[in-house]
Amino acid sequence: MTETDLGLWAIPIAILGGAIRVSTPFMFVSLGEVLTERSGRFNLGLEGTLIFGAMTGYAAAYETGSPLIGIMAAAFTGGLFGLFHGIVCSLPRVNDIAIGIALMLLGMGLAFFFGKPYIQPVAPDLPSIEFGWWSVIPQVKAALRVNVLFIIGIFAAIGLWWMFFATRIGLLIRVVGDSTNAARAMGLRPALIRAVATAIGGAFAGIGGAYLSLFYPGSWNEGISSGQGLMAVALVIFARWNPIACVWAAILFGGAGALGPALQSVGLSDGYYLFYAAPYVLTLCVLIFTSSPTRAMTGAPGELSITK
Amino acid sequence: MSSTLFSRRNFLKVSAALAGSYALGSMPKLANAGSHGLTVGFIYVGPKDDFGYNQAHAEGAAAVKLMKGVNVVEEENVAETVDVQKTMESIINFDGAALLFPTSFGYFDPHILEIAPKYPNVRFQHAAGLWLADKHPMNVGSYFGYIGLGQYLNGIVAGHMSNSKKLGFVAAKPIPQVLQNINSYLLGARQVDPAITCQVIFTGEWSLAVKEAEATNALADANCDVITCHVDGPKVVMETAAGRGSYVCGYHANQSPLAPQKYLTGAEWNWSGVYTRMVQTVLDGGAIKNFDRGGLAEGYIKMSPLGPAVSDAARSQFKDTEAEMLRGNFAAYKGPLRDNAGNTILSAGESLVETDISLESMNYLVEGVIGSTS
Repeated sequence: MTETDLGLWAIPIAILGGAIRVSTPFMFVSLGEVLTERSGRFNLGLEGTLIFGAMTGYAAAYETGSPLIGIMAAAFTGGLFGLFHGIVCSLPRVNDIAIGIALMLLGMGLAFFFGKPYIQPVAPDLPSIEFGWWSVIPQVKAALRVNVLFIIGIFAAIGLWWMFFATRIGLLIRVVGDSTNAARAMGLRPALIRAVATAIGGAFAGIGGAYLSLFYPGSWNEGISSGQGLMAVALVIFARWNPIACVWAAILFGGAGALGPALQSVGLSDGYYLFYAAPYVLTLCVLIFTSSPTRAMTGAPGELSITK
Repeated sequence: MSSTLFSRRNFLKVSAALAGSYALGSMPKLANAGSHGLTVGFIYVGPKDDFGYNQAHAEGAAAVKLMKGVNVVEEENVAETVDVQKTMESIINFDGAALLFPTSFGYFDPHILEIAPKYPNVRFQHAAGLWLADKHPMNVGSYFGYIGLGQYLNGIVAGHMSNSKKLGFVAAKPIPQVLQNINSYLLGARQVDPAITCQVIFTGEWSLAVKEAEATNALADANCDVITCHVDGPKVVMETAAGRGSYVCGYHANQSPLAPQKYLTGAEWNWSGVYTRMVQTVLDGGAIKNFDRGGLAEGYIKMSPLGPAVSDAARSQFKDTEAEMLRGNFAAYKGPLRDNAGNTILSAGESLVETDISLESMNYLVEGVIGSTS
């Protein structure tokens, strides 16, 4: 290892690296949730889907030796969870919040149960792309070691944004999300569209979980998630149901999470508990400063309600 | 109210008792206790195959399992809350355990202290808790190993293998045991080169995979080239550090399978020996000491075999120091010694031997450690 002392430059580089490393699960879960919520439904169960995805991804990658199959398995099981949520919630008088919480706990329990034999083995990691090839500084090289899923996530966000605002399918999803009655009047089938949107949203969350277990931190254990799935659901509101804004929100949260360790590593170690709270303080500040007493939340799908 | 009614253990207990009484009439509940020998319960705070703290205890439980006339009951993922009280009561009442090893630090106060007086015939053995004769029940005991000595030996190897003269330590919380490990790691390294420093990063929790990975990356960014840790499961730290090209020293259990080329050595618990000895004492009708401590010489801790990268110089100093420790009364803390805020800890000529009880209330980081305790 070459020795390079970066001094205080280490902080922005660490935050950049942390933002890239930590943000991907946030990004995938929140993109999935944007899709689901745009169709007019909450899926609070994505934390469970994320953890189950992390477990199946790791297990499948270990059994087959291919991280790609791991990701596909995670997306598939995530999709199953989403589909189940979508179908159950399309029944009359079923509350999507309650089902979401139930599925979150179910997903975690199943993942812990089936994941027991996979805590010890080491599964192959996902490949990453060295965007730091131009630099001679090892810290920069490490920070810019970008996983393919991060890039796929950004393209998926752009794709979703384009789909919502420029295609017929996107329009249909938004109509279903804004008014069930209007959608019925148009001859659409809201339950079907919501079920499909929830299933695809679940698949996104499953991929986010596979990133956790197959790349960063890159191992399966029962404490792998520490609440990323729940925070990502909140990020969607923070990002005002806009997929592009979700990417920025995810990167912001990733970078803020890297602040604590980075400051300690340059010797600023007093009050690290406070630095660890940075992402949450940041959320509060942004929500307060962007709030408005005169208008309701812009971009919120009309059918989205917790009192249905 | 509802939480006690619907707890998993209670449900099991009540439903099994109902089923039992239905089928067998008024058969006494504890009929099986004793008839099949001694039942020993182990309770872990996390999964028992975590390459870490819990695995070390589970390896001890596995050794107890092989003993004749002993049944072992294990329960994983028991939180340091009222959960552990229910688990303990259930293992006592339902499985008939007479000896319990609730292994996590936070189980002691108030949970063990609450349950123990209700079951005077059951022995509670707690790792790390400070049992006090004038305050705590006599059927409770505490035991721990001087694993700081293992981190001292880690430090000696790390001191030889470091090129940047900067070591890294990923720590969970600034409690005395953790601080002692950090300090011992640096003091060991300073036996090789007094200019070596150690960067510490606290994650704030015992098990937070993403934060541990971030902390390890931050240490690698700061040019720390030999990294060790004190968290519940060192797997993430070991894999991340080795992935960044740093050497690693293990903790709790042997993690060499995770990074065979980069693993230098590791400070491991040796609970198999300790637990089989304690269980044998109970089987023989003897009494376990209420306050039990030991180091390398007493077989409480052991070192992982040295890895392939370790140099000959490191190997020989490691072996010499280990031999010195095996003779007992080893002093890692020798004056003059200051903390990293400049206060004097020990003046010239003073020293703290491994058994010194003041080491267990350590609240400082020694000079050369970069970091702070709050």
